[in-house]
Amino acid sequence: MNIIEAENLTFAYSSGAAALEDISFRVSKGDFTGVLGPNGSGKTTLIKLILGLLKPQRGEVKLFGCALKDFKEWHKIGYLEQKNTPPSIIPLTAFEAARMGLLSTKKTPKIFNARDNEITAAAMRTAGCYDYKDKLFYELSGGQQQRVLLARALANNPQLIILDEPSTALDSNARGSLFELLRGLNKNGAAVLVITHDIADIGKYVNKFMILDKHLIFHGSKADFCSSPQITKYFGPYTPHLMDHLHDAGGVCPLGGH
Amino acid sequence: MSIAEFLSFAFVQRALIAGALIAATTAALGVFLVLKRLSLIGDSLSHVALSGVALGLITKASPVFVAVPVVMGSALLILKIKKHARVYTDGALGIVSALGISAGLIIAALAGGFNADLMSFLFGGILTVSRAELLLAAALAAAAAGIIYIFYNDLTALVFDENFARAAGVDTEKTETILVLISAAAVVVAMKVVGIMLVSAMIIIPPSAALLLAADFKRAVMLACAFSVCAVLLGIYFAFLLNLPAGAVIIIINILILIFCSAVRKYVIKKRTSARID
Ligand SMILES: Nc1ncnc2c1ncn2[C@@H]1O[C@H](COP(=O)(O)OP(=O)(O)OP(=O)(O)O)[C@@H](O)[C@H]1O
Ligand SMILES: [Mg+2]
Repeated sequence: MNIIEAENLTFAYSSGAAALEDISFRVSKGDFTGVLGPNGSGKTTLIKLILGLLKPQRGEVKLFGCALKDFKEWHKIGYLEQKNTPPSIIPLTAFEAARMGLLSTKKTPKIFNARDNEITAAAMRTAGCYDYKDKLFYELSGGQQQRVLLARALANNPQLIILDEPSTALDSNARGSLFELLRGLNKNGAAVLVITHDIADIGKYVNKFMILDKHLIFHGSKADFCSSPQITKYFGPYTPHLMDHLHDAGGVCPLGGH
Repeated sequence: MSIAEFLSFAFVQRALIAGALIAATTAALGVFLVLKRLSLIGDSLSHVALSGVALGLITKASPVFVAVPVVMGSALLILKIKKHARVYTDGALGIVSALGISAGLIIAALAGGFNADLMSFLFGGILTVSRAELLLAAALAAAAAGIIYIFYNDLTALVFDENFARAAGVDTEKTETILVLISAAAVVVAMKVVGIMLVSAMIIIPPSAALLLAADFKRAVMLACAFSVCAVLLGIYFAFLLNLPAGAVIIIINILILIFCSAVRKYVIKKRTSARID
């Protein structure tokens, strides 16, 4: 079964021209996809369409085989938004913020119990933010906040993990362990979709790439990515540099780009 | 006059009980409204309440009971406007406020001008709370408490991070509508305590004070209620003692609490940072 099915998605913000045009792709179990594209290419917009936070003017999204408007199984999804800075006066502790990741597993009235607290604590340890669980969220540093939101995204043990630039605020140690963590979750069956600008970081972990620039420029396996003529066209003079990175990352590119 | 004497009057007892119930309700709802930046809606709705009250006076029905549905209807209208005309929300709220006040004034004029009743809604009349109004306040407080209990985590997620809440399956639109509707009812009943002019202060000031000090979200809600109830009880007492308008005294006490909280916060934060440097 496809975990994400996007058909002919077209979307424009009310202000102007289309942000995305005619995007179709599928994500299935086992996929660990790196989503690339320059600033303003529509990556975040695509994620919001997938999650129903924006409504496409044309096209359709299915999650776990179910049309988005009828989709109810939100507990299967973990989501980390790009540069998320909630208003700074909300007195939520890091723990309370992370625990919201379990909201999707609850039925009304959504009341957290001791077990939920244990799960939250475990997720915070995994994301490396348990030490400051009782501090107010808005008193944490940007990277600390990012870790808490990561714990929130992963707390419900999701089958589809969507992370929008998760590593920007993280130090290089945390970055490495984040990707290792994602690899583990992916091996255990979760599909992972990560937006990043840092192909060098992500290269050795992913097995699929997606390149977006208003249109879907490329979507396929890492091997196809390396041999695709689109790559040279798209990355131009940076291509050899890019290929070096992918080679360093384990030589998965059979045809190379040199 | 001794406190015991003061407490022996039936109308004082009604005022204190109704005042405390309403104070806790507006403060608890206010925490969510302030954080969701909806406190301006409270202001607009209180102005619409004037129309509702005037309508009640002209039809000889109980003003509060007429105003509740009128204000709740306007709340739905405001949410519609907010959804469809994002950019112009502030302007739209201003227009609804103006419409509420002008329609209210015209209806009041048609009803034969300002009478004592209308004045009590403009400036508050907690000492004239009727038995029916007391029951309404109790029902409202119970409803608000129930809603906050059932939707506590949905509401928290809504104000903290709306996009995440939606991706976690929270029906944010429904949650926000419930919050605004119960607040609309609270605005009308609170009007009886402090008057139309000052209702939004009941929604904004105690939560703002609590948010300065609270170490977590639950305590923010409870602290806001505590501040608000204290202000109303003390306000009624001093107003009675000094023969001053109760609504105004209540708001002044609220402001004193706010000033006190910001002083405490300043002191606490100073202490924390200096402790870190040590
Ligand atoms: N809320 C908005 N209102 C109007 N236009 C928007 C809005 N958000 C994004 N856009 C526009 O849509 C296009 C795609 O934006 P999007 O945020 O999806 O890009 P992105 O690929 O995520 O970029 P980045 O790498 O900077 O995060 C851009 O041209 C942007 O200006
Ligand atoms: Mg983006």
